Amino acid sequence: MQWEVVIGLEIHTQLATQSKIFSGSATTFGSEPNTQASLIDLGMPGVLPVLNQEAVRMACMFGLAIDAEIGQHNVFARKNYFYPDLPKGYQISQMELPIVGKGHLDIALEDGTVKRIGITRAHLEEDAGKSLHEDFSGSTGIDLNRAGTPLLEIVSEPEMRSAKEAVAYVKAIHALVRYLGICDGNMAEGSLRCDCNVSIRPKGQAEFGTRCEIKNVNSFRFIERAINSEVQRQIDLIEDGGKVIQETRLYDPNKDETRSMRSKEEANDYRYFPDPDLLPVVIESAYLDDLRATLPELPPQKVERFQSQYGLSAYDANVLASSREQAEYFEKVAAIGGDAKLAANWVMVELGSLLNKLGVEIDQAPVSAEQLGGMLLRIRDNTISGKIAKTVFEAMAAGEGDADQIIEARGLKQVTDSGAIEKVLDEVLAANAEQVEQYRAADEAKRGKMFGFFVGQAMKASKGKANPQQVNQLLKSKLEG
Amino acid sequence: MHQLTLAGIARGLADKSFSSEELTRALLQRIHQLDPQLNSFISITDELAIAQAKAADARRAAGESGALLGAPIAHKDLFCTQGVRTSCGSKMLDSFTSPYDATVVARLAEAGTVTLGKTNMDEFAMGSANESSHYGAVKNPWNLEHVPGGSSGGSAAAVAARLLPAATGTDTGGSIRQPAALTSLTGLKPTYGRVSRWGMIAYASSLDQGGPMARTAEDCALLLQGMAGFDPKDSTSIDEPVPDYSASLNGSLQGLRIGLPKEYFGAGLDPRIADLVQASVKELEKLGAVIKEISLPNMQHAIPAYYVIAPAEASSNLSRFDGVRFGYRCENPRDLTDLYKRSRGEGFGSEVQRRIMVGTYALSAGYYDAYYLKAQKIRRLIKNDFMAAFEGVDVILGPTTPNLAWKIGAKNADPVAEYLEDVYTITANLAGLPGLSMPAGFVDGLPVGVQLLAPYFQEGRLLNVAHQYQQVTDWHTRVPNGF
Amino acid sequence: MALERSDVEKIAHLARLGLNEADLPRTTDALNSILGLVDQMQAVDTDGIEPLAHPLEARQRLRADVVTESNQRDRYQAIAPATDSGLYLVPKVIE
Repeated sequence: MQWEVVIGLEIHTQLATQSKIFSGSATTFGSEPNTQASLIDLGMPGVLPVLNQEAVRMACMFGLAIDAEIGQHNVFARKNYFYPDLPKGYQISQMELPIVGKGHLDIALEDGTVKRIGITRAHLEEDAGKSLHEDFSGSTGIDLNRAGTPLLEIVSEPEMRSAKEAVAYVKAIHALVRYLGICDGNMAEGSLRCDCNVSIRPKGQAEFGTRCEIKNVNSFRFIERAINSEVQRQIDLIEDGGKVIQETRLYDPNKDETRSMRSKEEANDYRYFPDPDLLPVVIESAYLDDLRATLPELPPQKVERFQSQYGLSAYDANVLASSREQAEYFEKVAAIGGDAKLAANWVMVELGSLLNKLGVEIDQAPVSAEQLGGMLLRIRDNTISGKIAKTVFEAMAAGEGDADQIIEARGLKQVTDSGAIEKVLDEVLAANAEQVEQYRAADEAKRGKMFGFFVGQAMKASKGKANPQQVNQLLKSKLEG
Repeated sequence: MHQLTLAGIARGLADKSFSSEELTRALLQRIHQLDPQLNSFISITDELAIAQAKAADARRAAGESGALLGAPIAHKDLFCTQGVRTSCGSKMLDSFTSPYDATVVARLAEAGTVTLGKTNMDEFAMGSANESSHYGAVKNPWNLEHVPGGSSGGSAAAVAARLLPAATGTDTGGSIRQPAALTSLTGLKPTYGRVSRWGMIAYASSLDQGGPMARTAEDCALLLQGMAGFDPKDSTSIDEPVPDYSASLNGSLQGLRIGLPKEYFGAGLDPRIADLVQASVKELEKLGAVIKEISLPNMQHAIPAYYVIAPAEASSNLSRFDGVRFGYRCENPRDLTDLYKRSRGEGFGSEVQRRIMVGTYALSAGYYDAYYLKAQKIRRLIKNDFMAAFEGVDVILGPTTPNLAWKIGAKNADPVAEYLEDVYTITANLAGLPGLSMPAGFVDGLPVGVQLLAPYFQEGRLLNVAHQYQQVTDWHTRVPNGF
Repeated sequence: MALERSDVEKIAHLARLGLNEADLPRTTDALNSILGLVDQMQAVDTDGIEPLAHPLEARQRLRADVVTESNQRDRYQAIAPATDSGLYLVPKVIE
């Protein structure tokens, strides 16, 4: 049986406000337990919430960026359930009238195509605290520092068809919220957390299969692995004649498997109702117009501009625009180097694999945009060949200085003096007289392959420094000669 | 000295007939002596009171003045008071020493009031008889075998017994006006949003409102002045200027249009109460008021709607009492569910548990539309009735309660019997309107109250009508035997 | 529609209220009596009526994004039933 995977994601992004969504407590990560838990965050008797305007602004920015309808009349609702990290016994969230309505986001796939993913809604809510399960004399410890941190929960349509697509979507959301400056994107600290709804169905079937929700997956790598292992579990289950039950599951990266979270299963009757402590939040269109004017250039516009201004392919433009830092890096390299396509290639391929190898982000790249741009200039003025450039790049990464310094110090300058190249060629032809005879006797079809042999010998003899075009040209005339 | 009203105390303190400390000591002594008969206090805050009285005397000596500077009051025990137990009449909060002050407490302290104690109340303000308190029933000073009404029954009994001149109360469905009526006091529930709810432990957030309870309208004006006003800490607080309520007392009632809703005088009303209400109408007519009959056709639906909305909100508001961060925690919980169930099962009394369950049910999957949403629609119908009525009249008048104060225990068999006692008061909470109850006579030695309702933010108008009425009547000056 | 004993148990569980076995019949009766009162609502015609959540229908005011709170942990935990190392304690939670 051919199975189709269906994935929808709920992404919780912590908004980068100074204070909490309903109280004046700080939102700093990593403070001593319960030192950032005010009367309101603790749910003391008699306390009341007052909404943080910055959280509203950030949610609206997100809505504008995904081309969504922004709710003019917003109602906060209480989601009622008992859990020790939820001090009031309810979470203030939004149910019927979310601040951000239907929108969409384009993601770049590895095959070079671009896919549009629908976003169902995004709503504001408060984060819960943390349960610490280390042993406190047989008890669980509760830290409420995180309780009340503003979250924007972004809910996608079930439109992703593979774990890779899901990761591309999460990366796109991650990039967007950082472009907007509304979330620091620090997944290790839980600033962006992902719940994955995964189901499978026979290829061609219209109805969805029963889905499972994998809670709280906190890295791109784990999202991919968690989804893949859940998909495999569901396939095995169904093919063995079993049935998928709708439930919440947790991904265990050590075992690379998901397991059922029974504690979350019982009594999920959340009894939503409008929070009577809060009034409707009205968002005027004039406010949105002002806000729209403050939007930075976002990935979609950047992708379009990269294509029209630099002549890049849609895929390259998407990859380069996927983070604000990378886009800025690329544009700097292109401006200095004077060749956007060449810049795009170097940033995506050589720099990309270097960063991957080092496991760092582009803002910590050991080769600066200025350095890379300077090296491209040397490629373009034929000082070095593309091949030698790789050596120069590695040397720059190792901290040996700028391209010019390295070329000078290592004597990598390309030989373009035709007299010098002819001398090398003559030596090569003399040393391979037999092959020269064969070449001259061969027909046109065979000559092509044999010609490469001489080029290789010539480049080897010049230690790669001879200008390849000149080598080709001169060699041809000498052999034909 | 204990017969003095707030206004009288203000004069006495101003002309130095006595100091706040002298007055405070006298009243504390009276409370310790007489309250055991009434059980109107949960906590008597002697030390705090003496310290506040001394501070008030010092402020006065330094040249400060103010109607409430040095005035002794008490707070219903759901106003959080820093460093003082704030129990809400519940075992759940018997151990809860509030780490902060409610805005009402802070504002009145700033104005110089002296807090003599925290008054008894129905547990979590759920009741109309003050029988559901963990600290025992409160007795009506007019007849110790009868209830004082609730839920602000402690404040009512204490003020009626002249243990102190005034106290704060809260009103979610009549909890200021009904006990005021049953103890011959003047009590005012302000417009929703007029008085901050910050630090006022919530029963039903969209209905709760704090207000003054005193013997006269004049005193209610003084106390409300200290309580009212915008509070940025309460999102539902309204940013409207607070008028000078004392200045509004003396306006003439000539031409005042008073509406009598025919629904308030139908079946269920004790005819002896009806007679006294009609007598009060006659007095107001003599003062120049014009009487019109009006209709509030949806009034009868108010109690059913209220008993969805209030329990629904309460069921959620009271979820925070879980034995984790404050309040009662059961002994040796086996697991988390046991901790929750036993802490809440043992910490809450039966009426509170019933309302939590009704509210939980009304909000649960499949019932929300039929209960909660339906009730909110009826709520709008009730508001619309009032808006239409106020097109033609300035205030609405009727009985505050259908019956006299009943004997303690008489309505314990069926909770619904007690709910029906709020039939005339509950509509003002659903519509968010200001309402006032004032003394209008006695039947068999038990007090009867008349209720006045006005459009939003017209507390001044209600106080004006009540004050003018109190200039020509003496019901509010009567003292219960033994006090 | 009257509540059965099992409905009451379910509601009590949702509300995390530990009911006494002995009180269940009385509680069930009381709840049914209250719901009987409440059900009178169903006779009211509310077609086309918008629900009213707040009497004055005001709008939410927003707060400036400013940190106004400082660490008060010791004061707040002084009234807590069980704490250790600054944490509130609950019986072990199994995930």
